[in-house]
Amino acid sequence: MVEIRFHGRGGQGTVVASKILADAIAKEDKWVQAYPEFGVERRGSPVVAFIRINDKPIYDKSRIYAPDHVVVVDPTLVEAIDITEGLKPGGMIIINSDRRPEDLPFHGKFEVRTINATAIAVKHKLGSLAAPIVNTAIAGAVIKILGLAKPESLATAIRDGIAIKPDDNIKAAREAYEMA
Amino acid sequence: MRPKKAKKIVFKSAEEMPIMICSVGDQTHNLTGAWRNIRPEIDLSKCIKCGICWKFCPEPSIDVVDEWPVVDYDYCKGCGICAEECPAKCIVMVEERR
Amino acid sequence: MKKVIMGNHALSYGAMLARSQVISAYPITPQTQVVELLSEMCADGSLDARFIKVESEHSAMASCIGASVAGARAFTATSAQGLALMHEMLHWAAGGRHPIVMGNINRAMAPGWSIWTDQNDSLSQRDTGWMQFYCSSNQEVVDTVIQGFKVAERLMIPAMVVLDAFALSHTYEVVDVPDQKLVDEFLPPFKPEIRLTPADPRAFGGLTGSDHYMELRYLLQREMEKAPALIEETGREYEKLFGRYLGLVDPYRCDDAELVFVTSGTAGFTARVAVDELRASGVRAGNLRVKVFRPFPFDRVREVLAKVKRAAVVDRNCSYGAGGIFYQEVKSALYGRPGMPPLFGYIAGLGGRDIMVDSFKEIAADAMSKDRAEQEIVWIGVKK
Repeated sequence: MVEIRFHGRGGQGTVVASKILADAIAKEDKWVQAYPEFGVERRGSPVVAFIRINDKPIYDKSRIYAPDHVVVVDPTLVEAIDITEGLKPGGMIIINSDRRPEDLPFHGKFEVRTINATAIAVKHKLGSLAAPIVNTAIAGAVIKILGLAKPESLATAIRDGIAIKPDDNIKAAREAYEMA
Repeated sequence: MRPKKAKKIVFKSAEEMPIMICSVGDQTHNLTGAWRNIRPEIDLSKCIKCGICWKFCPEPSIDVVDEWPVVDYDYCKGCGICAEECPAKCIVMVEERR
Repeated sequence: MKKVIMGNHALSYGAMLARSQVISAYPITPQTQVVELLSEMCADGSLDARFIKVESEHSAMASCIGASVAGARAFTATSAQGLALMHEMLHWAAGGRHPIVMGNINRAMAPGWSIWTDQNDSLSQRDTGWMQFYCSSNQEVVDTVIQGFKVAERLMIPAMVVLDAFALSHTYEVVDVPDQKLVDEFLPPFKPEIRLTPADPRAFGGLTGSDHYMELRYLLQREMEKAPALIEETGREYEKLFGRYLGLVDPYRCDDAELVFVTSGTAGFTARVAVDELRASGVRAGNLRVKVFRPFPFDRVREVLAKVKRAAVVDRNCSYGAGGIFYQEVKSALYGRPGMPPLFGYIAGLGGRDIMVDSFKEIAADAMSKDRAEQEIVWIGVKK
């Protein structure tokens, strides 16, 4: 079983990212469970989403307290909250950032990978310049780094699940997949 | 005029009953006219045959026979709605004769 | 077809596949997506149903009753305060024998104002005459709505399909969405013997004197008593077509157990993980998941518990002044029967507090340390 926690801000598509990923992973004949933090969301406030992935049906319906990996959709959260809380030793942190992993504070304690999802989203005109929608680019990087799904599965999941600019979103995911 | 032969239905066992609470026969055995304290009387010389009393009677106890309203006193409870609504003011409610 | 969907949408798909003809609902967190998707389906024509917008849950149930009397298959969904507001109409639906199916998302009753899960909302409606099915996965939600309609229409008794707020309602899971053709084969159109039609004028819901009221209620209870066997029979028919069996209870590793958890809802699945871990550490644990609360599956519960050393009932609810509600039912199932195990009652997870694998380990440690229950309620995870 693999458990992943996503950190983002309301309005960035963090919950949608976890749902799209779940969809892509399910296409590879795995069992998957995805859920947002149980509560109310507001644009701009920190939000959390979770994914469980397993080869067998998933019976554990409790929340995830000790994730194997953490995905950070919004780099400004690093200063606001402890994104490493409960993260298992040896766990991976995948973060949307234009910096190098060794320049980030938790480098050394955990394995850190960075992907400049914001730049990819801006390039493909996803969202606005002020608020780019980075979730599909993040998803592309995550499936590559953690070996969760083929890019084709993710492309199908994006086409099924995202109504706005599906082609540009698929391109962004693919570009992030190649870069990661 | 409706037939008034119906009897009150009392089922002998649960098996005979419909499972839903619904009327299985009619309620014409229940002559509600006996509840009346005041009765409508129609002055047909002033009646304009508009049908409003027929339309408003909640029971319904006003029939239209050859275009003229006729009160069915077996069922009329004497609510007075017909007198209230009559535009020609040709219906008056009078105290019931016992 | 396999799809990754949230529990709320599992309800919507169930209602769609059952070819519901009238949907009337009022939105409330955490139920909103159920009717959002159904209203979209009605708007784009993928579901041939009339969607009735109403100003309250009381009216939502009233319109479902009207639709059902007219012979339409009716569906609605609600949660917590909304269900409480429906209370009067729940009696009308069951007493009037209108086989409506309703999704209820288990949300804690206010105050304190909460949108998170516990079972007090639905369990407070236990005496209204509705059947109540408790689901533990999104797959069960879809399957239960479809089977719920079949059982409800066979008995002319309404059915409530219950799922936990967020832990199921907002959780995406892999669901094998049944094929419409097979569902049509399983669930024929709703054709009640008596209905409201100008061809056969009748008045419904009228004054019922002491000549007949008791017989109507006797008939309701008698049909409820037929429900357990019918739910199992319907479950087997469904299994033949779809390969999944629902039934009344789901025993897991109970046969040689020295301790069995009695559970429901999502906690009933988390308990399975705890059972495996406890067994790995040498405790012969088992789990009896109760899927149907009304009618209560007395026979099935007795059958399983007769073979075990002790049983711990885990309630995500409380009947204040008595204790856990499932605990009370299980006790009455075992009372006066020889050879039944000692019972222990636990309350956990109120207002959305998480019930974890560790919660079950704590319960196991407590139950295994005692010969019999020392109090009606042992609270798990409460800050005393």
